[in-house]
Amino acid sequence: MKVIYFLWLRQLKRYIRSKSRIVGSVGQPLLFLLALGFGLGAAFKHAGQGNYLEFLVPGIMVQTVLFSAMFFGAMIIFDRQFGFLKETMVAPVSRFKIMIGGALGGATTATIQGTLVLLISFALGFRVYNYALIPVAIGIMAIMAIAIACFSSAFGSFVQDMQGFQAINQFLVFPLYFLSGALYPLNNVPTWLKYISEINPISYGVDAMRWVLIGHSTFGIYRDMLVLLVTLAVCAIYGTRRFNRIEA
Amino acid sequence: MIKVKHLVKKFGNFTAVDDISFEIEPGERFALLGPNGAGKSTTIKMLTTLLRPTSGTLELNGHNVVKDQAAARKSFGIVFQDPSVDVEMTAYENMQLHAVLYSIPKSQLESRIKDLLELVDLWDRKDSFVKTYSGGMKRRLEIARGLLHHPKLLFLDEPTLGLDAQTRNLLWDYVQKLSREQNMTIFFTTHYLEEAEINASRIAFIDQCKIIATGTAKDLMNQTKTKTLEQAYLKLTGVGTRDNNAGPQNAWAERNRAKAMR
Repeated sequence: MKVIYFLWLRQLKRYIRSKSRIVGSVGQPLLFLLALGFGLGAAFKHAGQGNYLEFLVPGIMVQTVLFSAMFFGAMIIFDRQFGFLKETMVAPVSRFKIMIGGALGGATTATIQGTLVLLISFALGFRVYNYALIPVAIGIMAIMAIAIACFSSAFGSFVQDMQGFQAINQFLVFPLYFLSGALYPLNNVPTWLKYISEINPISYGVDAMRWVLIGHSTFGIYRDMLVLLVTLAVCAIYGTRRFNRIEA
Repeated sequence: MIKVKHLVKKFGNFTAVDDISFEIEPGERFALLGPNGAGKSTTIKMLTTLLRPTSGTLELNGHNVVKDQAAARKSFGIVFQDPSVDVEMTAYENMQLHAVLYSIPKSQLESRIKDLLELVDLWDRKDSFVKTYSGGMKRRLEIARGLLHHPKLLFLDEPTLGLDAQTRNLLWDYVQKLSREQNMTIFFTTHYLEEAEINASRIAFIDQCKIIATGTAKDLMNQTKTKTLEQAYLKLTGVGTRDNNAGPQNAWAERNRAKAMR
């Protein structure tokens, strides 16, 4: 436990010490909220879909969690390049503990980021329908964050450099995000797009967040939670297996 | 303490270690010497579970290194040739994390960290981020960290590279002391041959991925009819320089480049 705690703490310390990372990772969602929320808001309302900012905020929170948690994979690559990875790889500690400690740290920072975005949204005029459910929203973000951090550690384990990791972000994570219904409602999309979003776990994260924050859901919260928990289990197993096979 | 039999490591078509065998008894101070790219670091990486051998068997302290990695990892400590500290943390935090990874009891933790950081003259700077350290200071921190838990077997992969004479002497005095007082087995590589001559109880020369001679410094000098270990070394390995870029990482990169060009 102590090992997991210290590796978790390491991720947290590095996050808190890096002002640029905090500013950068909140800046991007803020831009999305301003440009899309206010830019498309009028058209959204005109189409009879209601308040776009309200619709958008849960999606942007998921976006923040997704990309922040993916950063943990990049951390593994940095650790490999700067050599620190070797220190943990030869230690008499199971690789599972090493990965989980770091992944929980990465997930914690991602959840903090998501919560920061919620606070910013409040400043922009966003209101949740039930404030008592905010802890639930944080819990859902944490589940997603852990799953994604484990997923990213799998890539951090076998991708040798940042360029390769960026390619995975470009070709896998961005499509998952854009096809998740984070930015648009899924009830009127073409059938093929609907099918894609139904097999995309991110859609369920977005849907769950929407249910918690604005009381609106496409799939139903039980189905959302089931998919998220199964995704978490699959990612944890996949991440651990890949991480176990690292050679330095 | 260490048993290596018919050890081979290949990266694609490139052979980094070619069928080497040796045994090291507990308490020995064993030096593996050879030109750049001879296979020293690859051998250490296989012994320390960082690389899986292509074939052959490896045993540390009675544990099979490939099959029983966890037990093998408990038996050794290592000072790496290249940096492995977290530069975004302080020296103290690096030491503390190491202590946790090696389950050093809390009662001893603080005094040991203090002793070692004082030994390498970094105690005053313990709360500075390692990224603010000079190259020599980073190196000293690596060494202090490697010595923090007292393993039965200590690997030192070119530990004195880039260190001034004062710190080199300090290091070897401390290593000698560990070896004497705790009967610690020391396995090291170095390019400073007089270090090996003074500090090793037994020496092996490795060249072109094979071990070409083993024995005490005296044996090797007698065998080659030379007066210093350096002369013996040059006689056995030749005077031509080696490709500095050789080594597994580059072999790997080379192979990928070759693949990409195809």
